[in-house]
Amino acid sequence: MEILLAIIIGVLYAAGIYMILRRSLVKLIIGIILLGNGANLLIFLLGRITEGAPPIIPEDSEVFLEAYADPVPQALILTAIVISFGLQSFAIILVKRAHKVVKTDDLDEMNATDEDS
Amino acid sequence: MLAAILLGFLFAIFLVFAGKFFRGKLAVLSALVPGGLFAYFASFIPQISSGDIIHKTYQWVPAFGVDLSFKLDGLSLLFTLMITGIGFLVFAYTASYLKGHKYLDRFYGYLSLFMAAMLGLVLSDNLISLFVFWELTSISSFFLIGFNNTNPASRKSALTALGITGFGGFFLLAGALLLGSITGTYSISEMLSIKDTIAGSEYYILAVIFIFVAAFTKSAQFPFHFWLPGAMKAPTPVSTYLHSATMVKAGIYLLMRFTPVLGDSQFWNTTLIIVGGITMVYSAIHALFRTDLKGVLAYSTISALGILVFLIGLGTKSAFLAAAVFIIVHALYKATLFLVTGIIDHQTGTRDVTKLSGLRKIMMPVAIAGILAAISSAGIPPSVGFLGKELTYEASSHAETFTIIIVIAIVLTKILLLWAGFVAGIKPFVGKLPEAHKEVKAPDFLMWGPAIILAVLGIVFGIFPMLIESALVKPVVSSLGADASEYHLALWHGFNTVLLLSGITIAVGILLYFFLKPSVKLENRIGKLEFISPKSLTEKGTHYFSVFSAFWTNVFQNGYLRNYVTTIVLFLVVLVGYVMFGNPTVLIDYRQLSEVTAYELAVVIILIAGVFYTVFTKSRLAAVAAMGVVGLAICLIFVFYSAPDLAMTQFSIDTLTVILFVLVLYRLPKYLTLSDYKMRIRDGVLSVALGTVICLLALQVLAEPTNSEIGDFYAKNAYILAHGKNVVNVILVDFRGTDTLMEIAVLSISAIGVFGLLKLRLKSTDRSQ
Repeated sequence: MEILLAIIIGVLYAAGIYMILRRSLVKLIIGIILLGNGANLLIFLLGRITEGAPPIIPEDSEVFLEAYADPVPQALILTAIVISFGLQSFAIILVKRAHKVVKTDDLDEMNATDEDS
Repeated sequence: MLAAILLGFLFAIFLVFAGKFFRGKLAVLSALVPGGLFAYFASFIPQISSGDIIHKTYQWVPAFGVDLSFKLDGLSLLFTLMITGIGFLVFAYTASYLKGHKYLDRFYGYLSLFMAAMLGLVLSDNLISLFVFWELTSISSFFLIGFNNTNPASRKSALTALGITGFGGFFLLAGALLLGSITGTYSISEMLSIKDTIAGSEYYILAVIFIFVAAFTKSAQFPFHFWLPGAMKAPTPVSTYLHSATMVKAGIYLLMRFTPVLGDSQFWNTTLIIVGGITMVYSAIHALFRTDLKGVLAYSTISALGILVFLIGLGTKSAFLAAAVFIIVHALYKATLFLVTGIIDHQTGTRDVTKLSGLRKIMMPVAIAGILAAISSAGIPPSVGFLGKELTYEASSHAETFTIIIVIAIVLTKILLLWAGFVAGIKPFVGKLPEAHKEVKAPDFLMWGPAIILAVLGIVFGIFPMLIESALVKPVVSSLGADASEYHLALWHGFNTVLLLSGITIAVGILLYFFLKPSVKLENRIGKLEFISPKSLTEKGTHYFSVFSAFWTNVFQNGYLRNYVTTIVLFLVVLVGYVMFGNPTVLIDYRQLSEVTAYELAVVIILIAGVFYTVFTKSRLAAVAAMGVVGLAICLIFVFYSAPDLAMTQFSIDTLTVILFVLVLYRLPKYLTLSDYKMRIRDGVLSVALGTVICLLALQVLAEPTNSEIGDFYAKNAYILAHGKNVVNVILVDFRGTDTLMEIAVLSISAIGVFGLLKLRLKSTDRSQ
């Protein structure tokens, strides 16, 4: 499964970068989201995956008695997911706004600050 | 002593608030500042001439060995007296020269700033504080040179001056740090006591080069000399102050200050003789081709500075003596000539020497001052200039090597300088008064007074050399590490070679003056060589440098996001790929891997299919939906591998993102395909390369052993310390609670941003633009 996960991560990275390299703003945001997912999975995989042992201490005990999944990567990813949502929502609204003002979805038409260009 | 140095700064600050009182009749009162300082420093003369050295140290940054430590010895005293004495006269002169000027108070502010910086520079014993004052003189002189800031040429010269002297400032700092690291101290006095360590260091040459570049830029030595003629755009009082006694002598001061520390090596002496020699001859010849009085004076100043550097390079006792005397001589006559030029310019409105003559009929006192200064500059007895010239010849004729060349060079320079002095000091006053200047008014006392004081001093010191001998000259020589007690300054030394050389100089010089008149024709002739001068070469250099940097910036900062991303990704792929190909074995321990079940395989296939559909679909809505599928598949992977919290978060966030996307994108135009086939292939290759590299990287890392120490700590203490059973939750809200708080803050900011963007109502005019 690790090898499959590594391949998934590679696919997500490749797809993310490919989308970021497009000229459409919407594709850019989709690319960022895909890339973010890839990065999350990368952290998850590198923290080593464990099946069926969530890092939750059993009801009747104070410490873990059996093997458990490493909680640190999970905490990191959780933070990352939430933060990336902040970024995505802002970016999506910004695209909407920008479209309303400059009437384009094309990045190449937005690369000058001068009004006359 | 600190108060004396700071007085100029305080006065400048005071002028910011009380400036309007000094714009009118009270302006002349500001001369009391340098006047008072002159009296203060003059009171040290008896103490210094008896051989004392006064030290004052105030701690500044003791942790770095940086103190405000001041040393008043013979060398510093000479410079402080010149700075404050000529400063006094220039301040008074300015009151009349710039009478009624709208920014007179500002001008005084810059002047006193500059004066204070100069005082700090010549009194500092700590190299770092010396550097700070050095830079302050560059900055304040920038304001002074560019004082006529409505004139583009004036602004340009100010920038050139700042550029050149600031460039030298870097080298001074580098030299200071290098010397500091060789000796472990920044105190010049302490360096003096361990000068053998410096001379023996492998960095000695480098340190000397740094100090040289600093001194040569400041003192306008070839090939850094061209800022000085440009600086003539400044009002004449500035030229007087900066170029006769202060700014340009700072480099000379630096060389003299370091003579006992770094001097006395073949490299030191030869370089100074060559650079000084080239400078003095080159710019003395240049002076012949000028018609602007200030241009003549500018080039003769550079030439005089060259003589000083040359004398320091000779390094003998008599050379030091000659240098000390010549500094005084030059300060006196050059300041006078500048003041005289300023008066002529102010009264007649021209500085073109071909149009000036006979002005003695209108301004007799000025004519006297000019003629006396010209005599001193020419070295005709009984002026102090004669003393200086005799000593210079004496030192040159005892040079150890290439004596003939050196003597010829110095005599030639002196002849040309005599011509320059006569042109500036005598030519405007003799002959017939032209019609155009019949109506010229006589200047008032504040203008001609300072000029005549300096000119008369130049003669008095020549007749009575004992006035300056033990008070000023000898302490300077002993500061340079030589003993001059057996020398006596006198006009008459008997018949010898030196007297013969003097006679030749004066005779040839005066002949030259009668046969070669400054003319526009000559000026144009040298103008033809302008394109190979250091000035135009530097200007071309800076021009091409800015062209190149514009090109460079446009290549990298081209405004296309995809180009930036391409560069970054390409760099990453090439670098990481190179390392991985150098070490291509990826060891995968198949026994450690977890098995693949059928439903996992199904999820993986859905995920990959979702990614491909997201990338290749032509419908935006479909792309967003497929992206949602990818998110949910990842969510399932989290479920399989013991991360319920992640699964829940991913689920809710993914759903929210898709909803938001759909809501917002509803109204956007059709999903256009903007790039052509070739571009897509190129980007596709790059993306696949990156994906492969990341995939291999992940596998490579998996082969390495892992360290779960941190995770174990949290797991062990989650319940015991934080009383929570869900370890991930405990980490987020307890162990790393502050981080989570920050995260909430970030989310809030983002939420406010979203809200603001949604509510923003642009005016119709803004929108139409």
